Amino acid sequence: MFSHLVLGLRSAGLPASITEYLTLMGAMKAGVAEYSVDDFYYLARATLVKDERHLDKFDRVFATCFKGLEPTDVLKVQDLPEEWLRKLAEKFLTPEEVAAIETLGGFEALMERLKQLLAEQDSRHQGGSKWIGTAGTSPFGAYGANPEGVRIGQDKSRNRTAVKVWDKREFKDLDDTVELGTRGMKLALRRLRRFARQGAATELDLPDTILATAKNAGSLDLKMVPERHNTVKVLLLLDIGGSMDDHVKLTEELFSAARSEFKHLEHYYFHNCPYERVWKNNRRRHEEVIPTWQVLRTYGPDYKLVIVGDGAMSPYEINMAGGSVEHWNEEAGSVWLERLTGHYRRSAWLNPTPKQSWGHVRSINMLNDLMEGRMFPLTVNGIDDMTKELSR
Amino acid sequence: MAGFKSTERYIASRDLEVAVNAAVTLQRPLLVKGEPGTGKTVLAHEVAQSLGMPLIEWHIKSTTKAQQGLYEYDAVSRLRDGQLGDERVRDISNYIVRGKLWDAFEAEKQVLVLIDEIDKADIEFPNDLLLELDRMQFFVYETRKTIAARHRPIVIITSNNEKELPDAFLRRCFFHYIRFPDRETMEKIVQTHYPDIRKDLAREALNVFFQIREVPGLKKKPATSELLDWLKLLMVEDLPPDALRSNEKHVVIPPLHGALLKNEQDVHLFERLAFLARRGN
Repeated sequence: MFSHLVLGLRSAGLPASITEYLTLMGAMKAGVAEYSVDDFYYLARATLVKDERHLDKFDRVFATCFKGLEPTDVLKVQDLPEEWLRKLAEKFLTPEEVAAIETLGGFEALMERLKQLLAEQDSRHQGGSKWIGTAGTSPFGAYGANPEGVRIGQDKSRNRTAVKVWDKREFKDLDDTVELGTRGMKLALRRLRRFARQGAATELDLPDTILATAKNAGSLDLKMVPERHNTVKVLLLLDIGGSMDDHVKLTEELFSAARSEFKHLEHYYFHNCPYERVWKNNRRRHEEVIPTWQVLRTYGPDYKLVIVGDGAMSPYEINMAGGSVEHWNEEAGSVWLERLTGHYRRSAWLNPTPKQSWGHVRSINMLNDLMEGRMFPLTVNGIDDMTKELSR
Repeated sequence: MAGFKSTERYIASRDLEVAVNAAVTLQRPLLVKGEPGTGKTVLAHEVAQSLGMPLIEWHIKSTTKAQQGLYEYDAVSRLRDGQLGDERVRDISNYIVRGKLWDAFEAEKQVLVLIDEIDKADIEFPNDLLLELDRMQFFVYETRKTIAARHRPIVIITSNNEKELPDAFLRRCFFHYIRFPDRETMEKIVQTHYPDIRKDLAREALNVFFQIREVPGLKKKPATSELLDWLKLLMVEDLPPDALRSNEKHVVIPPLHGALLKNEQDVHLFERLAFLARRGN
């Protein structure tokens, strides 16, 4: 009956499940909401939303489903914080344009005017010179001709969505304020630590033995644990630069948090695809390069190789000599990758981009083939699979 | 249907009432989140009272294990009895100590269980209670007995958002986020708690209170419980409402601010703002 609400929520990125939908139906049947629309809204909210960050999205989807409003592109639309706009302006405006903005009364005035207009405007608009919309000469909106133009939204986003975004919604402040993925990362860390203890149970576990003996009313019960080998050596190769920076930081933190569990943990950086040189200090990436051959000689085949990178690049960067965007490489990236995976007995590639999107990027497919399918997403499950693969 | 409504002592918004009633009707746990001091724990007390059910409180600490809510096996006293040759030692069930959930499951009539501050516990804690809260039963390994609830208890869980809860756990709950009350609701709340407070004092106090909440950069914004404490102090001290009214437009350190501002950084911040405001005039 209300499946379109659930489907709408799911497509907006809310993790509503069938169980929750059935619960909602059950509650409706039991007459919790009776015949009031407001109560139904509250009930649906209590059933389908489990995190206050999602309340705002829920409000939007609910409005779309039950008021027949135009659909808003919930996923792409973001609130436009002033700082962000300011940054955008700094990035895209030439000094002359900045000066032109000054003629309109400076950035503050521009933002003030934008807010005013958004408050006045209640319908979609195209052309003209005052309203915010597309292809106009008003200072606000996309594809405008006014040098003071502030572009609202990217891609195909239209101003009507922008108005909705600026609409006052009660739970707006709760949207995405909490640090994301802490739980996931903690769990990943646990999995990574598990990686260290392997082999048969050969060591006496004293605390557990005492506990088991006590539980057995005094008769001895021996407990064994696998010896802590601490032999795992890890060589990390991290793609650095541009979009990868955040992921690199996350991965480095993750591995160094688990550092005590490894005998050795070494890391080197590369860009897009490993070639004949890597570096340790990204700020001095051009002065202090280390030949990849040296890495191969220094760290023996017993190291586990973990490469972290989004793998999104031009296919030439992988399979052509001289394909690198940074320098002239004598041998193709694929040659180097094969050399690395051939040298190390266990290797894996961690990819921070979502697994579903891998199929659309040709270079990722090529890399995955080169890794013989050992590319894993940077998620708890992915790390789990990776550690299984690496400790086989 | 017999439902939960605002009482003389607890003002519940309509959405909270619906959420509680849904949880009661479908007998599923209700997860309540919200700013500290917005009445999450009090809610359980009020619901228990209005439904006429006994309340079993389980307060979670960082060391609490899920197993402790079910039962604990007191191995040490069995070991001691075993060495002394006590007859009791032959029956292992003598050493099973019941937990809060066991008590709730075995109760003669339906009870309300409050699992307070679930986010304080270990990250695996909610996962360990999944089945128990879903089926309302568990298995006692030592005695090979299954304990099933005679009457499915109503479960209210509170969280302060210190840890994220696993999806599988959330999926089994109803969820309510207690929003910070607006001025109108706040007046009602004050009215229910202190029916004989002077109108002008309450008005001035609320002005000051909402002003403080507006101050940017406060580490801990005062919430409902702080306001109620402060009002009580004001009433005990019998301060005139004029004492709260400031001649300066913006900020002034309110009397007895210790009840509202809970750390010295906030007090410092406030004093500085007050100083600036005075100099500005």
